[in-house]
Amino acid sequence: MPISEADIEKIAQLAHLEITAEERRIFAPQIAEIVTYVEQLNEIDTSAIEPALGGLTPEGERTESSRPDEVQPCLGQELALDQAPDPAAGFFRVPRVLG
Amino acid sequence: MPLAALRKRFRAPYVISWIEFLPRRLSTKSHPKDVVLPIMSESLINLRDRIRHGETTARAATESSLDAADTLNDTLNAFLEIDREAALKRADQIDALSHSDKSGLPLAGVPIAIKDNICVQGLQTSCGSRILGPYHPPYNATAIERLLDAGSVIIGKTNCDEFAMGSSNENSAFGPVKNPWDTSRVPGGSSGGSAAVVAAGIVPVALGSDTGGSVRQPASLCGVIGIKPTYGRVSRYGLVAFGSSLDQIGVLAREAKDAAALLQVIAGRDPHDATTAEAPVPDYSASLDKDIAGVRLGVSRALLGEGLNDEVRAAVETAIAAYRDLGAEIVDVDLPHAKYAIAVYYIIATAEASSNLSRYDGVRYGFRAEEAPALRDMYRRTRDEGFGPEVKRRIMLGTYVLSAGYYDAYYLKAQKVRALIRQDFAKAFAKCDAVLTPTAPTPAFLFGEKVDDPLAMYLNDIYTVTANLAGVPGISVPCGLSKDGLPIGLQLLGPYWSEARLLNLAHAYQKSRPLNARPAVHA
Repeated sequence: MPISEADIEKIAQLAHLEITAEERRIFAPQIAEIVTYVEQLNEIDTSAIEPALGGLTPEGERTESSRPDEVQPCLGQELALDQAPDPAAGFFRVPRVLG
Repeated sequence: MPLAALRKRFRAPYVISWIEFLPRRLSTKSHPKDVVLPIMSESLINLRDRIRHGETTARAATESSLDAADTLNDTLNAFLEIDREAALKRADQIDALSHSDKSGLPLAGVPIAIKDNICVQGLQTSCGSRILGPYHPPYNATAIERLLDAGSVIIGKTNCDEFAMGSSNENSAFGPVKNPWDTSRVPGGSSGGSAAVVAAGIVPVALGSDTGGSVRQPASLCGVIGIKPTYGRVSRYGLVAFGSSLDQIGVLAREAKDAAALLQVIAGRDPHDATTAEAPVPDYSASLDKDIAGVRLGVSRALLGEGLNDEVRAAVETAIAAYRDLGAEIVDVDLPHAKYAIAVYYIIATAEASSNLSRYDGVRYGFRAEEAPALRDMYRRTRDEGFGPEVKRRIMLGTYVLSAGYYDAYYLKAQKVRALIRQDFAKAFAKCDAVLTPTAPTPAFLFGEKVDDPLAMYLNDIYTVTANLAGVPGISVPCGLSKDGLPIGLQLLGPYWSEARLLNLAHAYQKSRPLNARPAVHA
């Protein structure tokens, strides 16, 4: 499938990436080539195939992974905020959300 | 590190602080030397036993390892952080234990290196990326907790491709690791740092992670053993997520018996990772010396055809003959969908990565771009400045294949072909105990050779990605040298939970056909 620089810009918006015109120019043909490559999967008739979901083995699928709904120790506010770029008064502070 | 100091470091202007950060943490050369051990010649098992018997100390082993790391890192760029002080303190704690306490520790005093995408409290976790800044995780990965409980000494964090995305180490934000066999060549990736430090004899063993071959391919290119366990064998808690249905922590070692000892410690169910399975962990060391006569090894002739380097093909054919000499039975198997594995992988892995990496938004930890007027601009600039080109390329590819209208065409299609690849293996393992393939299509290639062609780079993983897609375990074993003296690896893939068999086969091979060569750069 042809992928234009405009498509790349749209994808970048969806992915919360700000990319330069130079990056758009480089990425467009590269991603188009990779997409063309992966489209070789269309050779295979998969109409009767159930998709694999996740990577679990049969033993993994059988393993009970829920636990009782009880409070357990956690990081706590101080540690959770400790590496935030801009913590303020016990919160994560961010630039304004609305324009 | 006290919280105040951590916060101070973290608030420093980023571009300056991470550059300063590395040399400061790495300059540990002024320390006095004690006893120097030739770590290169020591296996984990020998070293541990000598420490247990009081023939040497954890401190002497750790100092030897740290000194080798200091000496060789200028050449190899394999460590992103070395913490001499913490390692020696830890070694002294091991030495202070009673003889009987030490004897109970399976890794007593053994120095080990950890890929920098696995969380170790007190050390950085950068994932080879700028976007994490000098992030210091507030907890240990489960695998790390188990290593520490077993008495090992962590000497540092190893360099890797950014977020484990790469096959050459050229995607690390901190410059690539050099291959110890030839420093003009790549060490493989993404666990290139862990493979290089084991090959160079700085540590006997290291942890890496494998999403599409990131333990096995660098093991092959650096001439060491690398094992990717069955999906769900080792907890992913504290391993920074890339492709969650594919990721497994794996082990790099020079000897199969060392890989067995290390895997033994980290394997098993962990309530913190819901995908770890309640499946018994066998004694991996106990079956190492089992006779392999009668073991059926499957070979797919199609996988030894087009696209494979002649020297690699010859080395693998020689290895097949060697296994036959050891009594193994060679049977033909067919993996008809293996040729689609790269296409499937680059849909599933990028889709999962685009989701997993959405958490790096400059809000809770890591790098934040300055002076963004609004939240959305802050996200975009942070991610633009923080991520390297390969990570952006994969996030965009993953976003594209998951975007409205394309889900069925790409992601669902890929999951269906993934099911077919799983079926291929199930059929193959009805006929054989393990499948033998090359690990990588070529020996180590030159820096820059494939860097501008992402698709050519992805094709390095042609033999390894199938194991991640199917969830089966795989091991790379050194099986020879090219005419330029570069290591070549063979890969063995087994049914779920067959790590003991794979280690047994690797050990048998190493005993009968040892590599008998050392890298140019070594301790």
